[in-house]
Amino acid sequence: MTAPQRTTAIAAACLAVSMSACVLLLRNIDRIRPRATIEDALYISSPKMVKRASLGFDGLMACIYWTRTVQYFGHRHFDNARTYNELAPLLEITTTLDPHLVPAYEFGASFLAPKPPGGAGEPERAIRLMKYGIEHNPDNWHLYYDLGFVYYMELKDYPSAAAVFESGSKVPDAHPFMKIMAAQMAAHAGDFSTARMLWSATYESSKESIIRQNALEHLRALKVDEDVTNLEAAVADFAAREGNPPVSMSELVMAEHLPGFPVDPDGNPYQLTLDGQIQVWNPDDFPFITKGTPPGYNPPPPKFHTQN
Amino acid sequence: MSPRIVYIAFNTFREAVRDRVLYNLIAFALLLSGAAIFVGQISIDIERLVVVNLGLTAVSLFGIVIAIFIGIGLVSKEIDKRTLYTVLSRPVRRWEFIVGKFLGLAGTLVVNTFFMAIGVFGALLYVAHKFSKPDALILVALYFIVLEFLIICSLALLFSSFSSPLLSAVFAFSLFVIGSFADDLRGFATLTHGITRWVATAAAYLVPNFSALNVISAAAHQQPMGSHLILQNTLYALFYTVMALSGAVLIFERRNLK
Repeated sequence: MTAPQRTTAIAAACLAVSMSACVLLLRNIDRIRPRATIEDALYISSPKMVKRASLGFDGLMACIYWTRTVQYFGHRHFDNARTYNELAPLLEITTTLDPHLVPAYEFGASFLAPKPPGGAGEPERAIRLMKYGIEHNPDNWHLYYDLGFVYYMELKDYPSAAAVFESGSKVPDAHPFMKIMAAQMAAHAGDFSTARMLWSATYESSKESIIRQNALEHLRALKVDEDVTNLEAAVADFAAREGNPPVSMSELVMAEHLPGFPVDPDGNPYQLTLDGQIQVWNPDDFPFITKGTPPGYNPPPPKFHTQN
Repeated sequence: MSPRIVYIAFNTFREAVRDRVLYNLIAFALLLSGAAIFVGQISIDIERLVVVNLGLTAVSLFGIVIAIFIGIGLVSKEIDKRTLYTVLSRPVRRWEFIVGKFLGLAGTLVVNTFFMAIGVFGALLYVAHKFSKPDALILVALYFIVLEFLIICSLALLFSSFSSPLLSAVFAFSLFVIGSFADDLRGFATLTHGITRWVATAAAYLVPNFSALNVISAAAHQQPMGSHLILQNTLYALFYTVMALSGAVLIFERRNLK
């Protein structure tokens, strides 16, 4: 081996060894370094400052901040976190950088509004975000729909929801169901049928698989909530008539002339507890249900079902 | 156009190619293909936006860096290598040398932008699977970026005609940054009074207005751009370029090269 060849071989070996060592060390450093310090840091919190620092390339910066928002929410959600301190500021920066970035409003509201662990539990900030979005994109009826949705689902503010749906229905090319929504809000605001209509409309009108899966999951949860409500009413009727709750589901089905043995959307039978409560077979399969869970139940992060 | 200018321009282009300037296209291709493939997996619903925003921003930034770092050396390098004396000892006027250098660098950037534009449209086709009529707005944004390059090239040459490469780079880059805030500068000027207002307004009009030429976000959101804007921006960029080149020629004509 000549001297230059030897040098080449040694340098190549050093390069390979050093590179491997760097990778191994970084993996070790990542393990010992606390993750939260990285995720929770928002080095520049002023949207205007970030916009100025982008030197006019604010469109790309908005995409970067939106991706960061998605990653932040995803990580926190995956960790079953109860707080999302940086979510609203990240969304604010994203939409200040690019006020026409519609996905940031649509998804952002659905990240902000729901109660933890499904979301940040900040419906007021979601509403502020959506209003800012409508202000800059007044011809986008989807934003009115999403705002009405937050009013309806999270705040149960039915008059505001009706007013927003009504405003959205006047936008050119708005989907006809906006008018129906406005009317439905006014007449049957708190009904299961109205909620089902909203989630069905979300499912039908969106092309995004994540939104469709989320809507599907809520439709399944609504079915459970409605079933449990009806079954508990039947138990109450039985108890009022007989003086004590039924001892089994079979007894309830026979006494109340229910149309068959009640099952949840997965086909599993509902459970009747000794104190007359109705529970689902496995509440983890229905992350958005508000009824039919055991006392003190803490829901896991939602897992989505893909089939209809 | 004088054949001497064409010859100098062609040689400037050839020199830039020989300096491996077009190698930046490889980095650009990697960046764009990486974004097109991976963004869909780490973000939501912005694949097309990222390709357009990232593509056009990269075209702009790569071009500005090339314009500044080549532009600043166009005159000083020729002086350092003493090749300028050979050129000027022939029947070549100093202004022809400056204009030729400018056209050569601008040509390099146009060729570079052409290949990058192919990359942007290729990535767009990959994520959107088809082109739509509003995608033509990307061509308008690319055209405005080329106009930006003309201004930057002329400024780099202007500084190069009297200053060292390092200072020229600092001046040119500073003007790019200040020009990006041109709208804000004009806003500040309206808030002041008296002589300050005059000075601030004059400064705001003197620096190049790059914010007017930046329509990347509008193109990404497929917002229509009027023909008036295209015409006015074209005229503005041409006049500004002529202004800076005239300054460069005036300085270079009087420069003592001994």
